[in-house]
Amino acid sequence: MAEPILTTKDLKKQYGAFEAVKGISFNVLRGEIFSLLGPNGAGKTTTISMLSCLLEPTSGEAEVNGHKIPKEAMAVKKVIGVVPQEIALYDTLTAKQNLVFWGQMYDMSGKALDNRITEVLEQIGLTERANDRVETFSGGMKRRLNIGVGLMHKPQLLFMDEPTVGIDPQSRRRILDTVQDLKGQGMTVLYTTHYMEEAEELSDRVGIIDHGKLIALGTQKELTRLVGEQETLRLHLGDGLGQGDSAEKTAEALQTLPQVILAGAVNGEVVLTVEAAAEALPAIVSWANGANVRIRSIDIEEPNLEAVFLHLTGRALRD
Amino acid sequence: MKKILIIGWKDLIVTFRDRAALIMMLAAPLALTVGLGFVTGSFSGNSDNGGIQDIPVAVVNQDEGELGAVLVETFNSPELAGLLEPAMTADPIQAKLQVDNDELAAVVIIPAGFSGSVIPDQETGELSEAASIEVYSSPARPIGSGVVQSIVTGFVNQVETGVLSGEVAITQLVTSGLIAVQDIPQVVEQVSGRLQTAPQSGASPITINRATSGLNSEQSFNPIAFFATGMAVFFLMYTVTIGGRSILAERNDGTLRRLLVTPTTTVQVLGGKVLGIFMSGFAQVGLLILGTTLVFNLNWGDPLGVVVLVAAVSAAATGWGLLLAGIAKTTNHVASVGTALMLTFGILGGSFIPAESFTGPLQSLRLITPNAWAMDGFNLLNTGRTLADIVGPVVALVVMAAVLFAVAVFLFRRRWASMV
Repeated sequence: MAEPILTTKDLKKQYGAFEAVKGISFNVLRGEIFSLLGPNGAGKTTTISMLSCLLEPTSGEAEVNGHKIPKEAMAVKKVIGVVPQEIALYDTLTAKQNLVFWGQMYDMSGKALDNRITEVLEQIGLTERANDRVETFSGGMKRRLNIGVGLMHKPQLLFMDEPTVGIDPQSRRRILDTVQDLKGQGMTVLYTTHYMEEAEELSDRVGIIDHGKLIALGTQKELTRLVGEQETLRLHLGDGLGQGDSAEKTAEALQTLPQVILAGAVNGEVVLTVEAAAEALPAIVSWANGANVRIRSIDIEEPNLEAVFLHLTGRALRD
Repeated sequence: MKKILIIGWKDLIVTFRDRAALIMMLAAPLALTVGLGFVTGSFSGNSDNGGIQDIPVAVVNQDEGELGAVLVETFNSPELAGLLEPAMTADPIQAKLQVDNDELAAVVIIPAGFSGSVIPDQETGELSEAASIEVYSSPARPIGSGVVQSIVTGFVNQVETGVLSGEVAITQLVTSGLIAVQDIPQVVEQVSGRLQTAPQSGASPITINRATSGLNSEQSFNPIAFFATGMAVFFLMYTVTIGGRSILAERNDGTLRRLLVTPTTTVQVLGGKVLGIFMSGFAQVGLLILGTTLVFNLNWGDPLGVVVLVAAVSAAATGWGLLLAGIAKTTNHVASVGTALMLTFGILGGSFIPAESFTGPLQSLRLITPNAWAMDGFNLLNTGRTLADIVGPVVALVVMAAVLFAVAVFLFRRRWASMV
């Protein structure tokens, strides 16, 4: 088994009376992609900020590659790379000039810097736009360059803080492929996201975080076992129903059925956790007929991280 | 140190790639210098007066006595030949009309009885009714009419001084018993006679002294040089404002956080920002000096003195930019306070009006501005002085920079956590 490159123990961050991170403990193994999955405001960015030595933890311990945080901050910074959530680039500089500057901030210079710039541009697919100003780039291209900057010094551990927020599906696909390539090259990645499908696609292990607490940690198989063999049913209601109150009232009513373990409303859909779809469906349809609720379609989903989150918190991942 | 230079250089490039900023940093001061030069007639040809010349003025002498003649002679004197273009006329109404039509800068009307109101009658010893010289001037020509006004004022002051001196002398003579009271009219006659006979002997009691300050007598006041200096220093405050603003902008854009997760210390990051602001200001003023030298054939003076002074004023202005960034909460806040500061410093510091015009507390207040010290220093260099002569302004600017840096560091330390 690979050894950890990152370990945290009871890591906490408090702002006055508010606890943004409430004592989380986890490790990230060399060569794996570890995802921190949680909704907005869960504490993901605060955790990344502490681990990248931007914020001093209130208490707890953390180590990266054997260097303690925050005592050995400079040593930590030399081995980590950070791809922030915001696009942190200089718009009036070209892509190449940005890479030069940020490479120099990692003490790179000369031929080594030039060669690495060529490699990175190739890796992020921006070779042909190297001499264009960033302000002329699309959102997706800026995101890719944002990642490129984080890769310049070949970090041993890369923090990626929600790198696909607000971009088109094609660019998002490209970024996810890039992350897979990085894993293939042996890089260790700590990836934060609120998109379940990203965590499912990329991760070797997932830590689910909510309200500053790590509420579950493990491989996807281990996590979905938490919800047992339970299945998820997604009801699409018809004729203008399923918006706002109606979906919620329907979920409330269905919660009373014995076959339904958990019922909730997400984006106008009714999401049900049931032991067995085959047993629950007749009861649900029968109820809908009696209550005069029209169901347009029903999706049956295997247990996934969304279901895990729902099971653990009673809320949807993206409320 | 290397990272400080890299960050500073990056900021310099970012600043000079901002097209809107370039207009304010370079195009605007050059355009204003040209415009103000046209206003002062600095482009109408060389003259000893640095562009102010041939001011058209009409003189109407209705005085029967000698003082009126003396003033007319003053306007026609060789010393004022390049400055004024006087014309004698007997019709004050027509002359005023010409002023109204902007054909003349001013008309000077010496009223009848002017001499008699100053010099007692030889026979009766009495003064006639008070009479004042009228200067009717064009508001469209403030500089020309101001020159005429000052000549007349100087003349009148000389006359009043002469009258007062005579009164004092006679009183002293009587008090000391050197003359008897009944001899006063005779003494008055002698004094008056001196005033009356002086023009005939060719020695006017009223003289115009024109002195050129500085070692190099070929250097004289040049409006273009004044405005070029004023505008360069005025717009320097704009550059340091956007420099100060860039610190907060980096916070907003996330690049500040990104800098701090690299193996780069806070001191290096801030040091680089400071250097960037300084280099932008230095480059801006340097380019303006180069531009005005090439375009207007200006001589800014001792090159070493100019370089040192530009560095000193850039450092002081950088200090103000950092202070702004340390106090302001948002980039908009920096921009609005910076603009107010820029305008206030420009006016107070003498970028638009020569400092000699200021009186009372304004003379002291102006010294808090980098503009004031820079203008003083550049004015010395323009008139032929060297680096040794501008030590005062340079030291003042360096001290200003040091104090402002210290205050800015204190402010940044207090709020660094919130900036990150």
